[in-house]
Amino acid sequence: MYDKGKVLTGLAIFVAIVTFPVWYDLVHAQHVPKLEKPTLSKKCVADIAYMRTSHMVLLDNWRNEVVREEKRKMIDVEGKPYAKSLQMGCMKCHPDQKKFCDECHTYADVDPFCWDCHFQPQKETK
Amino acid sequence: MKILYPFVAVLGLIVIATIGSRAGMEPLFGIVFPYLAILIFLGGFINKVVGWAKSPVPFRIPTTCGQANSLPWIEQACFDNPSTSFGVTVRMFLEVFLFRSLFRNTQADVYDGPKLRYGSSKYLWLFGLLFHYSFLVIVLRHIRLFADPIPFFVKILEFFDGFLQIGLPHLYQSDLVIVGAILLLLLRRMLLTNVRYISLPADYFPLFLILAIALSGMTMRYLTRADVVNIKQLAVGLATFKPVIVGDLGAVFYVHLFLVCALLVYFPFSKLMHLGGVFMSPTRNLANNSRMVRHINPWNDPNLKPHSYASYEDEFRTFMVEAGIPVDKELPAETPAAE
Repeated sequence: MYDKGKVLTGLAIFVAIVTFPVWYDLVHAQHVPKLEKPTLSKKCVADIAYMRTSHMVLLDNWRNEVVREEKRKMIDVEGKPYAKSLQMGCMKCHPDQKKFCDECHTYADVDPFCWDCHFQPQKETK
Repeated sequence: MKILYPFVAVLGLIVIATIGSRAGMEPLFGIVFPYLAILIFLGGFINKVVGWAKSPVPFRIPTTCGQANSLPWIEQACFDNPSTSFGVTVRMFLEVFLFRSLFRNTQADVYDGPKLRYGSSKYLWLFGLLFHYSFLVIVLRHIRLFADPIPFFVKILEFFDGFLQIGLPHLYQSDLVIVGAILLLLLRRMLLTNVRYISLPADYFPLFLILAIALSGMTMRYLTRADVVNIKQLAVGLATFKPVIVGDLGAVFYVHLFLVCALLVYFPFSKLMHLGGVFMSPTRNLANNSRMVRHINPWNDPNLKPHSYASYEDEFRTFMVEAGIPVDKELPAETPAAE
């Protein structure tokens, strides 16, 4: 083999880059997201499978309807009126951004722009 | 035919993955194939590069794309015809990061007369550059699925890639660019007559395969919206050698993953090996210094010593003079002068 040093160094760098996730995960601790379960209600606006994958579409549509088209009518979830709103709807059951939203968002590296305008409901003591 | 076969092959792969994952073979497609593919990829890659490194390159054979190092008042093209390792490094950098040799591409055509004319042709360079860089960005972005916690550079990349904030989930520009660039590269092969003439199934197959990978990935992100958390659990599991499949990840995900596995397996045995080859090509990575350094052919018999003309003449001078061949040094006088 010619230029052994150079070729083997190059190959070592290549293998190190390709196996990056392996040794990166080895030196860091993993954390599987665990969501805080709501206590107020058992029923969400849509089924879990849909909410897991597509809640952002739902919120985006609500935002467009409410803010841009003035369709503020409450929607009906099992006979209960439900506001098309993040802060006044979703966050009634899931009040803690850190323990609910951020769990998966941090895990999957999603940076939603909800929090550019919204904030999570503050506790009375604050 | 040259286009149809690779197209059908990619469709076949998609069908296999769809049926396989729907028929309860998720562990095979989600765990076994990815491990197998990465092993074949790394093993094949190393094998290929070592094979290349074993081939002797007895001469300096760099492509000379400019004035060679010559007399001091003649300006040298130090990066297009480098004679130092610094020049070679710059040349390799320009080649690897900016595809300089494609930038120099020319196209010959015949116009009325008929006359032959050569013109600059930058399509391959432009589409190639767009394709490779968006592919790089996409591959790096995928680290978010394999690494937990997320490395900082992935966050930066994601931010800039999606910073137009079109739609939800945000549209990545690299997704648009890669599909556009692949289509342009395909059209280039299909529409330019002389390029089509020299194109083989092995040229179309990677294009179709990568196009299918990009489209299935985009389907998962923008249309069917796969369960990212479950997918990441599998990906991190694969990286930590504790793979688990949680819930149904969807047929599109398995198609995407299987096509990527196919690409990895295909990689070391195809023209895609230019990833390693670009660093190993003697026409790029050698300095044009054959007038300054003596390069010895590695398979020379060490017992055969070099035989200079002077020593050759020393050996045969008598015969040469007898045969009337001119010599540099005359024979010593017949009767040496008195000492």
